[in-house]
Amino acid sequence: MPAVIPEDSVGIVQPQKIEFNKPLQLSCGRVLENYHLMVETYGELNADASNAILICHALSGNHHVAGYHSLDDKKPGWWDSAIGPGKAIDTTKFFVIGLNNLGGCHGSSGPNQLNPETGKPYGPDFPIITVDDWVESQARLADHFGIEQFAAVIGGSLGGMQALQWSINYPDRLRHCMVIAAAPKLSAQNIAFNEVARQAISKDPQFHDGHYYAQNEVPKVGLMLARMLGHITYLSDDGMRSKFGRELRSGQISYDFTPQFEVESYLRYQGERFSTEFDANTYLLMTKALDYFDPTALEGKPLSEVLAKAKAKFMVISFTTDWRFSPERSREIVDALVDADKQVSYAEIEAAQGHDAFLIPIPRYLDVFNAYMQRIEADTDSMTSKGAF
Amino acid sequence: MRADLDLIKEWVEPGKRVLDLCCGDGELLHYLHKEKQASGYGLEIGPENITECIAKGVNVIEKDIEEGLASIKDNTFDTVIMTQAIQIMMRPDEIIDEMLRIGKECIVTFPNFGHWRARGYLAFRGQMPVSKFLPYTWYNTPNTHFCTFKDFERLCVERNIYIMDRTVVDNEHQHRWWIHLWPNMLGEIAIYRITK
Repeated sequence: MPAVIPEDSVGIVQPQKIEFNKPLQLSCGRVLENYHLMVETYGELNADASNAILICHALSGNHHVAGYHSLDDKKPGWWDSAIGPGKAIDTTKFFVIGLNNLGGCHGSSGPNQLNPETGKPYGPDFPIITVDDWVESQARLADHFGIEQFAAVIGGSLGGMQALQWSINYPDRLRHCMVIAAAPKLSAQNIAFNEVARQAISKDPQFHDGHYYAQNEVPKVGLMLARMLGHITYLSDDGMRSKFGRELRSGQISYDFTPQFEVESYLRYQGERFSTEFDANTYLLMTKALDYFDPTALEGKPLSEVLAKAKAKFMVISFTTDWRFSPERSREIVDALVDADKQVSYAEIEAAQGHDAFLIPIPRYLDVFNAYMQRIEADTDSMTSKGAF
Repeated sequence: MRADLDLIKEWVEPGKRVLDLCCGDGELLHYLHKEKQASGYGLEIGPENITECIAKGVNVIEKDIEEGLASIKDNTFDTVIMTQAIQIMMRPDEIIDEMLRIGKECIVTFPNFGHWRARGYLAFRGQMPVSKFLPYTWYNTPNTHFCTFKDFERLCVERNIYIMDRTVVDNEHQHRWWIHLWPNMLGEIAIYRITK
């Protein structure tokens, strides 16, 4: 709990639940007749609705991007370091929207929410959701707020993939696209890690084929294993070495299978905490959305040709020790954008924290972020002065 | 604006697609974008320079050009520019080949090691030249591949590179009529516009 809310915090925030009654056609062929999204907003939407920024979340993120829900919160929202008055995404200038994506487990329509048709939780019957579906639902969210065009759509990791998809699906609805620590599609290795995570969950005896809500049980062990595995891929070898090394909790080895190395107990702690906060069915859905993401799949053309229709200006950022979505993967995006003659800048930030670095306020990362935000701000100001649209 | 950049900008026609290798803080691209509606990118590896480019609205891509430009397709750009950096490259000849592959024409500027001061320094002191313009000593200089105008032009002949334009300036980047009497002796900075 913060003793006092810091001055550069958005402060105490309140999520809102927004209902949508227009059926949503999903990539998988199914239709969501109606659905709801949990949303938080920070800052004020200006008169011509030109200062809106959409934040897309990654695998385990949600709508609570910045600020605190109450003074009892131990931690602020997941990207509080980047969002607030005077921060990189300055809420005195921009209207920032965070949402919990469809299929999520923090209040938006998803497996742990009641299916209006049955009155029971969707569970495993919730349809498979893709990045395209998210973009569509986010576009409707923009309509709800009267936002014709975002000043920027910004995301890291799976969130960066949504931002990239936005630039393709709705070229006229965003001026800037920030794609951070992402990839143009998953590699076999990425998919392999996801599959192990899914197996860990679905093979947990308490999973009950996804109908664990009725049993009042949770596949805790499976979810914990999935998170432990995921967490290793978010860190770097160097980062783990400097954070844990071979440190022992009690100073000596005990020749048994209790957790003795610091890294073991850290992973167990992370896994256990996650298993109490996150929904297993959602984890399965999110990893599938990652696996299926490939903006070239539908058209069967190279990425540069698919990106030809994009009109946004792009900022792509990667981190040197990120091996989940390495700098090479970001460079694939940059190369395709150059090939497509799009406006793009790219920075490769030296960081020891691996994939997790995109959430950490690393000085050079912040410098680049701030500099690019100045550009977004300048473009937004010129929109307002022109009275465009 | 740095005076060599001032000269170069005259060689870039309006609306062209430009790539500036080692673009520094993006000054040239910023100008070309504003005044000549040029599009394109700068490649740079210096963190401060990259931030400065982004702040200026210059599209900059963090890329070490020594690792190659293979990801860029043939003739992607109208003009590829490299100012005062060819002499720090591991293989200047390969970089020039690559520049000519990805660009329809190229502009290259470099310091002339055949200038009389450099020649005099080596001839009379018997030491590698150090000057205000070239302040490094032999062991810490990034300038590992010095050449003279003559050397550069010889490379152009060997590689069938056509010299479209060239000019020579002194270290204040000024044209002086007398430099052109004996450029390889009197000129300090060479500016070449080349194509295949």
